[in-house]
Amino acid sequence: MAATSETREIQAPPSPLREFWHYFSENRGAVVGLGVVMLLILVALLADLIAPYSPYEQYRDALLQPPAWEEGGAWNHILGTDATGRDILSRIIYGSRLSLMIGSIAVGISVTIGITLGLMAAFFRPVTETLVMRLMDVVLAVPSLLLALVVVAILGPGLVNAMIAVAIVYIPHFVRLTRASAMAELSKDYVTASRVNGASLPRLMAITVLPNCLPPLIVQATLGFSSAVLDAAALSFLGMGAQPPTPEWGAMLADAREFILRAWWVVTFPGLAILITVLAFNLMGDGLRDALDPKLKRS
Amino acid sequence: MKRHILMASIALATTLSFAAMAQAKTLVYCSEGSPEGFNPALYTAGTTFDASSRQLFNRLVEFERGSTKIVPALAESWEVSDDGLEYVFKLRPGVKFHTTKDFTPSRDFNADDVVFSFERQRDESHPFHKVSGGQYEYFVGMDMPGLIKSVEKVDDNTVKFTLNQPEAPFLANMGMDFASIQSAEYADQMQAAGTPENVDLNPVGTGPFQLVNYQKDAVIRYKANPDYWGGPAKIDNLIFAITPDPSVRYQKLKAGECHVMPYPNPADIEAMKSDPDVNLMEQEGLNVGYLAFNTEKAPFDDKKVRQALNMAIDKQAIIDVVFQGAGKAATNPIPPTIWSYNEEIEDYPYDPEKAKEMLKEAGVEGLKTNIWAMPVQRPYNPNARRMAELIQADWAKIGVEAEIVSFEWGEYLKRSKLGEHDTVLLGWTGDNGDPDNFLYVLLGCEAAKDSANRARWCHKPFDDLLIQAKRTSDVAKRTELYEEAQKVFKEEAPWVTIAHSIVFKPIRPEVQDFKIDPFGGHVFYGVDLKE
Amino acid sequence: MLRFVLSRLGLLIPTFIGVTLIAFFFIRMIPGDPVELLVGERGISPERHAELLAKMGFDRPLYEQYFDFVGSVLTGDLGRSIVTKKPVFDEFLELFPATVELSFFALIIAVAVGLPVGIIAGVRRGTVFDHTTMTLSLTGFSMPIFWWALLLIILFSGILKWTPVSGRIDVLFFVEPVTGFLTLDSLMSDEKGAFWSALRHLILPSIVLATIPMAVIARQTRSAMLEVLNEDYVRTARAKGLPPRRVVGLHALRNALIPVVTVIGLQVGVLLAGAILTETIFAWPGIGKWLVDSIFRRDYPSVQGALLLIALLVMTVNLLVDLLYGLINPRIRHAR
Repeated sequence: MAATSETREIQAPPSPLREFWHYFSENRGAVVGLGVVMLLILVALLADLIAPYSPYEQYRDALLQPPAWEEGGAWNHILGTDATGRDILSRIIYGSRLSLMIGSIAVGISVTIGITLGLMAAFFRPVTETLVMRLMDVVLAVPSLLLALVVVAILGPGLVNAMIAVAIVYIPHFVRLTRASAMAELSKDYVTASRVNGASLPRLMAITVLPNCLPPLIVQATLGFSSAVLDAAALSFLGMGAQPPTPEWGAMLADAREFILRAWWVVTFPGLAILITVLAFNLMGDGLRDALDPKLKRS
Repeated sequence: MKRHILMASIALATTLSFAAMAQAKTLVYCSEGSPEGFNPALYTAGTTFDASSRQLFNRLVEFERGSTKIVPALAESWEVSDDGLEYVFKLRPGVKFHTTKDFTPSRDFNADDVVFSFERQRDESHPFHKVSGGQYEYFVGMDMPGLIKSVEKVDDNTVKFTLNQPEAPFLANMGMDFASIQSAEYADQMQAAGTPENVDLNPVGTGPFQLVNYQKDAVIRYKANPDYWGGPAKIDNLIFAITPDPSVRYQKLKAGECHVMPYPNPADIEAMKSDPDVNLMEQEGLNVGYLAFNTEKAPFDDKKVRQALNMAIDKQAIIDVVFQGAGKAATNPIPPTIWSYNEEIEDYPYDPEKAKEMLKEAGVEGLKTNIWAMPVQRPYNPNARRMAELIQADWAKIGVEAEIVSFEWGEYLKRSKLGEHDTVLLGWTGDNGDPDNFLYVLLGCEAAKDSANRARWCHKPFDDLLIQAKRTSDVAKRTELYEEAQKVFKEEAPWVTIAHSIVFKPIRPEVQDFKIDPFGGHVFYGVDLKE
Repeated sequence: MLRFVLSRLGLLIPTFIGVTLIAFFFIRMIPGDPVELLVGERGISPERHAELLAKMGFDRPLYEQYFDFVGSVLTGDLGRSIVTKKPVFDEFLELFPATVELSFFALIIAVAVGLPVGIIAGVRRGTVFDHTTMTLSLTGFSMPIFWWALLLIILFSGILKWTPVSGRIDVLFFVEPVTGFLTLDSLMSDEKGAFWSALRHLILPSIVLATIPMAVIARQTRSAMLEVLNEDYVRTARAKGLPPRRVVGLHALRNALIPVVTVIGLQVGVLLAGAILTETIFAWPGIGKWLVDSIFRRDYPSVQGALLLIALLVMTVNLLVDLLYGLINPRIRHAR
């Protein structure tokens, strides 16, 4: 995309944003994904206004009440209540805040560290490169959830620590991607030109090369967001992430396990929320890839 | 023959596959986890004892099934010398060890086996002491190395234990799991074969069942020992289906895939009560859950403050919310099922007004403190965090602000032992049904320094009573001393005694003569399946 | 070729050293006290506590412990579990077949479904079939499998009562473990119905574990097909008038399979991570469940050993895939 805007053509090229939107909106799934993501953000922001109850309040006269449309349900708790009488809908609404927060922070951490290490690997060869890349190999040799489990065990169970663990696990992906695209850029003329012009190393890294590496990183970050939400929920499910009574979806599922054969709704809805969130981000990521990846774009 | 057909049809009705083993009576127990191993002396977990000592082995004396009464087992009789220092056991003749694929016993059980079983744990230079890691935590924890001076064979059927000081609970200790008797002949053979560890991996005991096969995290199989000295078991095969999730255990029980399950979900109790497929047994547990004040720290060094905080806690609410009814408010530090329980003691009433006044009298105002809550579920406390939240709310009403603190379980035990807490939730399950096992272990002066006495409470008059009771074997005299000790305890209030839990045991209706073991174990000798 | 193999092996060594470092030091950083966990409420005297730590070798300087650890790892000794006191390697070997059996079936399902779906979707790009299967596979890819497992249990075990809730085989069957794979062992034993029982226990967990790899394989196969179908030689073949079936079968498929093989190989890590959740939910007695249990029990040697062996496994499979890839695709071999 960046390349297109630099080539000189007779007619004015379409603005990059419009071109992007053109390709992105061709993918119907991606648009749906984007819509759901926007909705999720809205729900998270307005949780205090739209949630019918507090996520912690226990209604002791309505333990394990089924959803409204089921026999025994009532419209005061639309999605029913859990074992201690908490409103499931409200908990799911508040849970969206946590999931979006987990995703953003975890991805934020791994993108920042990943880009830094990746650029260093691309610029300082071979010693730094070897060190960084071998380190990443080590991290990749351990299955992600397993590594996250060990990291959480070290830091102690909890939401923040689960985020950190998930972030660590995803660093290598960003490092590899940044390094690969930065190295491709480094051989190009415009980089040599800036070098010759005496651009400082940090400037060369951050301003000249990095912006041109961004498209694949954005795609990876979107997809990483969904994986982070998924892995954090898995950690909570194993009892190593968010601790009850936090309305985190994975923790809600873990809490609900003992009722799986008696009260399907305590198990079903939090999982559905995870699935929808993750799916939305994946759809969006797919669309982004189609729109940003020039090779696939033309096919 | 008719019997077989009948059995097969019942089996078919329960699960498809019962047909395969319909000729034999097979009892399936959905156990909660994998045993650590099969030598009870090496381990400390109840799950391990269920799988080893309680089915495979015998001890010199044992507890009558379903009670805490001591009865003869491998020892037919015993005598205690007047000074309480010598215990002479007369052994039961004609007892046979299991015959397994690795071992065929050439002789009956005798004094050598008893000496071997104890010397292996006691004597650090014993050739077997270091085998399989060589840690005997229960033996050490019960202070056996300091207590036993010698174990000697008098003749083939007589063993003499000599103690360093009189210790009344010693006999009860001999009924505990770590005191299970192993075969010395088997050990010698394995030693000669260069595979001493096989003694612990492929156990040989004298018990009512013998091990057939074990697959970690999946299943343990036993068959009845046909030569059992007490007569063969009524069931032919015993299977432990290892099922960690309590709701899955319940599901399997309903489906007839197992006959007995331990540790039901408190949330499932109501459903079980009305379930025709389940016969829900219950019994008061041999345990106590408590909140210990760190009596070394101000203001908990003041008796009045401790009493006030006692009165501020609404125990009934705890029983209802945390135990969901499966518990009984505790007055004394020992459960009512133990002898010498003092019925006359009255608990502090729930009286926040009075509590507030007493705090004022003690000159305590705006007290900020903490409540430590365990991270794990224990028999005496199904949900410590929730319990702490209730206590926190109760104390807030009298102006005491408490913060809830939790650590990883091992860390929790260690730090609370070192006295880092202000108040700590913990509990205890009895080992041998002796009051000493609660009172001295948990509240004695010896344990007050960085040990099991989490109140760090050393009260001379109380401790003297316990020591006196330890040194005499006259039960009437001991009862009197313990009753007095409980009075002192209540007055001094180093703990808030919270609850004794009620143990629930769901079994299928066809299971007969199952008895709840007060020590929390599961014993299948004597249990039958209705046809 | 030999040089290629050697260079790949050479890359493995620093990675392996790194893994031993992680396995060793990370595990030591986990707070908690294994000795206290062992004795519980009873407590233990400080002297005895120190003595036991010493016995477990935890009292010496860390670097000494580390070199000892590496030394014994090289001789195949991973130490003993603190809980069961059995050698860690033995425990691993005992539980490993269960995980392999589960993963193997899951991979079979994933390939058997994912591959044909991907090929058809690629060839019939833009059709209803393509859209449906790709939406489904993206859903599968987004699936929280621990939830998926619970849903399947509710449906198949709770409502329909077709499959058992947990375990590997009905406990009443006594199948002598020969290979450790119950489906094989049950066929060899004379217990009637044992094979069927093993299969019924296997089906739900392997479907759950297969879900994500299935989705990945389907998607990757589709895009590989698309790419290949666009290549000049395929177009030429088409232009020559070869029947579409032959074009796809002979030319496109063979070339599309190269990247797909890589993707399948990379699923081994995914399967092992998935096994942690799947085994925990279905009480499947494999290494995933063992690992989680060991972490909770602070059984350092077991966690350490398992971490090391699993990493070794992933690395070996990745190496094999790499070599295989180099074998089919000479371009890779000569690059670098």
